[in-house]
Order: sequence, then C-alpha cells, then structure tokens
Amino acid sequence: MSQVVAYFPLILKGMLLTVEVALLSLLIAILLGLIGAVAKLSKSRIAKAIAGTYTTIIRGIPDLVLMTLIFFGGQILVNNIGEKLGLDYIDVDPFIAGVLTIGFIFGAYFAESFRGGILAVARGEIEAGYAFGMTPVQVFFRITFPAMVRHALPGIGNNWLVMVKTTALVSVIGLQDMVYNAGLAGGSTRKPFTFYCVVAFLFLVITGFSDVGMRWLDKKYSVGVRKA
Amino acid sequence: MFHEYFLIMDFQVIIDNLPLYLQGLRTTIVLVFASLILGLVLAIPIALLAASKRKWVAALPKAYIYFFRGTPLLVQMFMIYHGMGQFEAVRESFLWVIFQQAWACALVAFALNTAGYTGEILRGTIAQTPYGEIEAAKSVGMSNAQIYRRIILPSTFRRALPAYGNEVIFMLHGSSLAGLITIVDLFGAAKIVNARNFVPFESFIAAGIFYLAITFMIVWGFKKAEHHWHAYLRPRET
Repeated sequence: MSQVVAYFPLILKGMLLTVEVALLSLLIAILLGLIGAVAKLSKSRIAKAIAGTYTTIIRGIPDLVLMTLIFFGGQILVNNIGEKLGLDYIDVDPFIAGVLTIGFIFGAYFAESFRGGILAVARGEIEAGYAFGMTPVQVFFRITFPAMVRHALPGIGNNWLVMVKTTALVSVIGLQDMVYNAGLAGGSTRKPFTFYCVVAFLFLVITGFSDVGMRWLDKKYSVGVRKA
Repeated sequence: MFHEYFLIMDFQVIIDNLPLYLQGLRTTIVLVFASLILGLVLAIPIALLAASKRKWVAALPKAYIYFFRGTPLLVQMFMIYHGMGQFEAVRESFLWVIFQQAWACALVAFALNTAGYTGEILRGTIAQTPYGEIEAAKSVGMSNAQIYRRIILPSTFRRALPAYGNEVIFMLHGSSLAGLITIVDLFGAAKIVNARNFVPFESFIAAGIFYLAITFMIVWGFKKAEHHWHAYLRPRET
C-alpha cells in the first residue's frame, strides 16, 4: 500500500497526459468527423468516394497497426523530406504522432455519428434557413449543427469512451501515459498487478466523469425538446 | 516530387517475408477464433444473470461487464501477462505453467474481455424480448427453463447478430495487441519485418491489408448470416 502511495504522483502525472491526449484527439476527431460527414452527404462523387474510402480503411485496420505505421513511417517520411531540403535530423514527437493518429482514427467513427445526426435534422428547418437567404455555411453552423448534436450525442459519447481507452496505446510508442508509468512502477516494486489495477480504476474514474459530462451536454442540447 | 518519398515502396521485402506473414495470419485467426468461442461460452451465463430482475443476482455480472468494458484491453492483458507472477500462490500452482506462456495470457485476456462485451450485447437483447412472446409461452404452460430455451434464447441470438458482428471485428482488431507480448501474430510479424529491414511503411501496410481483408470477410459472413437468420424480417419478394 505504501508503495502505491509512493508511486501515485507518477501515475497521476501519466493520467494527466492520458486526458490531454484524449482531449486533443477529440478536437481533431470532431473536425475530421464533421468534414467527413459533410463530404459523405455532399453531391460531389469525388468527395463521397474520398470520405467513404477513409472511413472504410480506418475501420478495417487495428488502431495499433495505424499508430505504429504513422509513428515509424512518419519518421521516415520526415527524414526523407528533411534530407531533400537539407535540414537537420528531425525527431517525430510521439505526443504529436499519438494525438494525430488517434484523432485521425476516430474522425472516421465520428463521421458516421455526425452523418446520422445530420440526416435526422428536419429538412424543413434547413429549407427555412435557405429561405431566409442564409449561405450554406451559415445554415450549417446556425441550424444543422446545433440541431444535429442532440441526435449525434449518444454516438459521440460511445466514441469518446472508446477513444479514452484507445489512448492506452500511446504507451507503445513511448509516451509516458499512465499505462507506461504503471509499467515502470510495477517493474521496480515487482507489483505490476497492483499498479495495473490502479490504472484500470483510474480509467473507470475518467469514464464516470465522462458520463456526468455527457448528461450535462444532453440536457443542454435537448432544451426545447419535450420529453414524456 | 511527392512520389519519391512516399509512393515508391519496396514490396519485395514483403514478398520475401510472406511465409512469416502467413504464419502470423494463422496465429491471429486461431487466437481470435478461440477467444470468441471461450468468450461466448462465458458470456451466456453472464448475460442470463445480468438480465435477472433480482438485483443481488445481477450485481456481480454487471460489475464484471462494467470492468471489462470500461478499461482498456491493453491494461487487462498486462494485468495477466505481467501481473500474475506477482502472486506466490499462482507461481507455485499448476497455473504458472499456463501464465508463463504469452499466448495463453493473451487468450485468457481476450476471452475475458470479449465475454464482457458479448455479455452486455446479450443482456440487452434478452431484456428487450417482446413481453407478449413470454406471456404466450406462459399461457401454454411452459416452465421457466422451457421459456428460456425455446423462446428467449433463440430470438436473442437472432437479434444480437448485427451487434455481435461488430464485436467480432473489434476482437480481431484487439488481437493485434498480442504482437506486443512476443506473440508472432499479424502485427508481430510486421514488427519483426520492420525491425529486420527498417521498412515501416511496407511492413505495417502489408499487415493492414491482411486485417482489412479479414474484416471484409467477417462483414460479408455476417451479412450472409443475417440474410439467413433474419429471413422473416425481409419484405416479401413479389
């Protein structure tokens, strides 16, 4: 027990990194998801094809394979470009690689949630927006988006929870998140089981807080909807 | 200019290492298949207990489901692979023979994990059985066990099919974690090829293509299965 107390600050430091990675990836994933959803619903065949390929490939390949591909492959890509441009050796930061990969992966999942949400928005509301002379961009941000969030929220919530768990993989590319630090603590105290239990518990804590947040968001975006 | 850095890849390395990839493919398929079977066997009692109306019966299986769905598979696998040696009782019993082997640890972790997810899928579908069907069964005098065997479970498995298809794909993707604990599955094979030849693009893309192909086959298989088992839901052909 005293060993857990001694190493707890290290684990908490890792937890902070886990949350940071998750939140930043969420930002990227939402952005990519919105673009993907709009592309999937657009009339342009090329946009549809690109978005369709993106979501199919991402959802068909394990996160771990994509992450190592982007991290190790990205390093080579950066090296080659740097060499051609006559730059010094550039190290790919595992934090950036991790955030980009997870954001890129979950953008595909968010695109599906958002697509469903957009389809659920009443057509008449969008037409009314155009009737007032709004531009397509204005219609999207003033009408479609706020109305769509309510329908997409359950999907967003699920994706977020999966995403938090996926952040555990960044320990594989050397980021010192809480799984990585638990490995260190478990190695030096010879009590790995104890420390992985602590980490598992902390993941459940994050999940618990997320539930509270989701309920708040659900309330906020359901204002004006009458429920039985 | 772009293609100089990116598009010209040397896939000769992959062709040379094809036997290693095929070995990895076999390991992945065996591991996923075994985990799914074990997980399903575990999931059925878990789901039945978790769907119980008595709170004290449902509490433990619900906690099991909550834990395995709420924590990363990676942590669960490490708890077993790195963690089991912490206990002297394990080290001195026959269990140590099992937990010393990486593939057994991966198999146990995957099976317990998929049991949690599958248990939740089945619990949901059991709870959603239309009550009229159960009433009808009662009114013709079936016992509780008969109702479960003849009415609830067959319809549960049918309705759980689409969600279970997703879980199978999830398990396939999760199985790549086995490559992290010395097992030569598809990801493990890609790791070896990358380490020997320093070809991250080629090695991991090749593994990705294999995973993509298996994913498509699973999707296709479940489509076929749904076509068969959900035949009664199809609009009548004219």
